[in-house]
Amino acid sequence: MTTLPSSTQKKLGLVIDLDTCVGCHACVISCKGWNTENYGAPLSDQEAYGANPSGTFLNRVHSYEVQPLATSDKVQPAAQLFHFPKSCLHCEDAPCVTVCPTGASYKRVEDGIVLVNESDCIGCGLCAWACPYGAREMDAKEGVMKKCTLCVDRIYNDNLPEEDRQPACVRTCPAGARHFGDFADPDSAVSRLTAERGGVDLMPEQGTKPVNKYLPPRPKDQLDSAEHIDILAPYLEPVADTPKGFIGWLDKALEKI
Amino acid sequence: MHPAPSVIIFSTLSGLGFGLLFWLGLGLPSVTGGTAFAFFTIAYLLAVGGLIASTFHLGHPERALKAFTQWRSSWLSREAWASVVALLVMALFGAGVVFAGARWGLVGVAGAVLSMAVVFTTSMIYAQMRTVPRWKTPLTPALFLAVSLAGGALLAGQIVLAMTLLPVAGVIQVAWWVRGDTALAQSGTTLGTATQLPGTVRAFEPPHTGTNYLLREFVYVVGRKHALKLRIISLGLGYILPILVLLLPFSHVAAALAVLSHIAGVATSRWLFFAEAEHVVGLYYGKRAA
Repeated sequence: MTTLPSSTQKKLGLVIDLDTCVGCHACVISCKGWNTENYGAPLSDQEAYGANPSGTFLNRVHSYEVQPLATSDKVQPAAQLFHFPKSCLHCEDAPCVTVCPTGASYKRVEDGIVLVNESDCIGCGLCAWACPYGAREMDAKEGVMKKCTLCVDRIYNDNLPEEDRQPACVRTCPAGARHFGDFADPDSAVSRLTAERGGVDLMPEQGTKPVNKYLPPRPKDQLDSAEHIDILAPYLEPVADTPKGFIGWLDKALEKI
Repeated sequence: MHPAPSVIIFSTLSGLGFGLLFWLGLGLPSVTGGTAFAFFTIAYLLAVGGLIASTFHLGHPERALKAFTQWRSSWLSREAWASVVALLVMALFGAGVVFAGARWGLVGVAGAVLSMAVVFTTSMIYAQMRTVPRWKTPLTPALFLAVSLAGGALLAGQIVLAMTLLPVAGVIQVAWWVRGDTALAQSGTTLGTATQLPGTVRAFEPPHTGTNYLLREFVYVVGRKHALKLRIISLGLGYILPILVLLLPFSHVAAALAVLSHIAGVATSRWLFFAEAEHVVGLYYGKRAA
């Protein structure tokens, strides 16, 4: 059924910390690995070793350059670089679900995960058109829509050790920039993290009410202010003010010309 | 947005076919027997041919029947229902006028209304997309309906109606373009809202060196530099030339020329409809000027 549930018992999703992400793309690779070998059609590649390689990914890491706005303290703040992992945000008001003509796309009442039933998908692509985040990709080999499942085949999987029962991207992140949990529970780690760090929605004006939250980068150390430079500056003073010996004679001789 | 040929063919031909069915349902022209058979054949070839063409872009066309299940939420599903019901009702009406020489007026009117319902549902598939600000306007259904009614009148040989509706459709088309050119900027969605990063954000590096489905499907840019020329061609072929031909003394050759010119113009406009659609996902890739 492609009508959305009015509420879900849990709201499972991710917190992505833009302050911590180092842009290593490990989440991209582990996601591709797990989701190629497990639930649903594999994530295919086209011309993987050819001139024009492309493939299906459920998680991609963009990089953005930011010029912070000038303030009275910092007239010319230093430009910064941020890595920006993006996967399905499992929106509460998911526009991708309601447009689906076949019922292949649905949002689960029990945990809020947005999934695609691949055997019902006709590959019309309308859900990908409806998603503002680019979270859905049509697999070129299988002709069905692929998207993040929040590793639904890991998080409830009793055959895995308990520490592995979280999405592959979260499990693999070496920087601890991704966190998984239930946003419906105000005391969960992800809810508290979001509250403490002021987690935000992407494109709130699109009205999708994303479950996944992004933690904005914290202010950086102010290396461009004078007091920080002073610590080492005395040691960088020139040792010899005036050259001596042959160089000194040469210097004076050249000055006179 | 990548303009899939099958979708352009579908929306152009089906729109025209259902437009013709609308006027046939209202008895304009009031034909029976062989003439009616010819009119209905053309209308069904266009409408059904377009519908079949639309299945060519599906990843799994063999599952197309499943698209009838989600009419509660999906405009695409509603379009599937509307088209089948409209074609069945008009087939009943058509059988009456062709074989029985009987005009069941109420059935015709119902079929006419349903034919426009098909065009409306088609237009709403696009008009509902908040992700494409250029499409998300009541002008989109107005444009699709006006073009269908004008083209249908032209094909039905209703000179006065066509002379009235073609300029109306042309004006709506121009208004749609003018509004659309500032729609993304007006929508308020920017790379800033997309990333929520503080300050002035600029795309530094895309996720992969190669292309991907999103870039192919939603960040289509080829041909935009000729957009203005294509708009002029579309207006000229779709509306101005057919009107000029209609002003000449009637002949079947001239009428056929007017229809073909109109189809070429509308197809060009539909190509632009997709090629110029700026999907907000392009922001993440630094491909939108906004």
